[in-house]
Amino acid sequence: MQTQYETAGKASGTARAHQARVVLRNVSKSYGDEWAIQEVVKNISVELTPGELTVMVGPSGCGKSTLVNLIAGFERPDSGEILIDGRKVTGPGKDRMVVFQETALIPWQTTYQNVVFGPKLRGDMGGKELQQEAESLLTKVGLYEFMHKYPTQLSGGMQRRAELARALINKPSILIMDEPFRGLDAMSRGLMQEFFLRLFEENRRTNLFVTSEIDEAIFLADRLVVLSNRPATVCKVIDIKLPRPRHYTMLSSQEAYEYKREAMSILHDEAMKSFKSGVSADYADFANQPHA
Amino acid sequence: MTDVAQTSGTYTLPRRRSKLEKLIQNVSFWRGVTAIAVFLGMWEVGSRIDEWFGEAYTVPFVGLIPPPSAVFLAWLEIAPSAGYWMSWVESFKRVLAGFIVAMIVGIPFGLALAVNKYFRALFFPPFEILRPIPPLAWVPASLIFWPTNEMSIAFVTFLGAFFTVVINVLGGARTIDIRYLRAAQSMGANQWDLFSKIILPGTLPSIFTGAAVGMGITWEVVLAAEMISGGGTQGGGGLGFFIWNSYMGGSLEQIIVGMISIGIAGYLSSSTIRAVGEWFMPWKRMF
Repeated sequence: MQTQYETAGKASGTARAHQARVVLRNVSKSYGDEWAIQEVVKNISVELTPGELTVMVGPSGCGKSTLVNLIAGFERPDSGEILIDGRKVTGPGKDRMVVFQETALIPWQTTYQNVVFGPKLRGDMGGKELQQEAESLLTKVGLYEFMHKYPTQLSGGMQRRAELARALINKPSILIMDEPFRGLDAMSRGLMQEFFLRLFEENRRTNLFVTSEIDEAIFLADRLVVLSNRPATVCKVIDIKLPRPRHYTMLSSQEAYEYKREAMSILHDEAMKSFKSGVSADYADFANQPHA
Repeated sequence: MTDVAQTSGTYTLPRRRSKLEKLIQNVSFWRGVTAIAVFLGMWEVGSRIDEWFGEAYTVPFVGLIPPPSAVFLAWLEIAPSAGYWMSWVESFKRVLAGFIVAMIVGIPFGLALAVNKYFRALFFPPFEILRPIPPLAWVPASLIFWPTNEMSIAFVTFLGAFFTVVINVLGGARTIDIRYLRAAQSMGANQWDLFSKIILPGTLPSIFTGAAVGMGITWEVVLAAEMISGGGTQGGGGLGFFIWNSYMGGSLEQIIVGMISIGIAGYLSSSTIRAVGEWFMPWKRMF
């Protein structure tokens, strides 16, 4: 496995990104006051291994986005701690870039302005150098010709690629993707997954990808973290040993099928738990009969 | 020969059209023109039916006012007089004064309410109690507050726009997508960056909505204030007083000239705001 990664990195000739190690230790988070407390994340301990693509998959509404907000530093855990290369997370930082659900490109900035936003704010890259860097990234994501368009003038897939460029220019040591391809049609979703994999396999940045789509999760992941229903806890960590570089045909292999079966049975039990808790007596039969 | 088609390679590029040409070829422009023509035609016929068929056939409402042709003749009569145009100038001056002060005070006030919870806790409740009071209810108090009629009118017009501007700015700034702020924060934005690069541009559309609505209210208030204050040596004149004066003088045609003048003045004001808005917000003009 290891050798395969290295050749992938060397072949493309790109500099290896700094690969951070992210450790979550007994992280819990709840909302609301003492009268109506809502536990969202419960006692999660998990590690994002340097240079690996960790995918978190869980039923929708299970607290995945809260977990993203905690790692990104937008929110603080109630208890437990999150360490990045041994340093405790106390707030947002440019070492952790988040690509949000749907698009979070700033609507009043052109694609180019969006991409150079971070380096320009911090002033850590000069005019000519920044322009070259931005243009080469925009070329990479296939948006060179669209760089002076506003986000609303781009298609859904283009917006996600622009967002990837905006995140990558900051040279983060962890890329956090929060259901980034949600809302795209099946075709562009498939294309974006392959594009994203190519970017990842090029320089193997530590990566957290959050999704509720099991096929997407298996296709992308080195490690699959299956989360429970709300409050989110880790149900199981599955190592996905499909070879890299990945190709979408691998999804129909026996191996992928086994992974899917394993993850699905956990997810199904979890989904059924929440279904049961809200189901009316008329459908109790359905909820109680064994599935999977 | 600039107006021949320019050829480049094998393609023939269409000739660049001038603004006037675009307008003449624009279907919705002609729909608008037709609508106004039909409206005027119906008004003309409606108000003349009693002339043609006798009093018994007077059309309600429209039959009681002079036809547009008579109004136009009345306008031709008044148009050369300086007094009529001075009314325009007077009203415009008051509207602009009230409006500009409302924008200068209202935008920062609304933004402060939006970004600072202590400021909001302190100032929003009294603001919400004062907001429903119609500007015209302030007239007596305003006359006591200010030494001159002119200043009282300006104050009342200011109030008309102020509350609308503030409530729009506050609403706009509070509904900015939190992900823009978070994305900027991750990339190293400080408080000032967040304000100047995210909150302020994100509020612009609401600022212009507030400005357009506020401008409309300002015109309403100015006209009413002018009618109330009359045509004295100070604080008089304006299109409001022009209408009131025509009413006192019993000239129906002039009343309608005054009304249409206000309509045109309001239209000019709101188109100006729209144009400025488009210039400020290039991301809103699409394709």
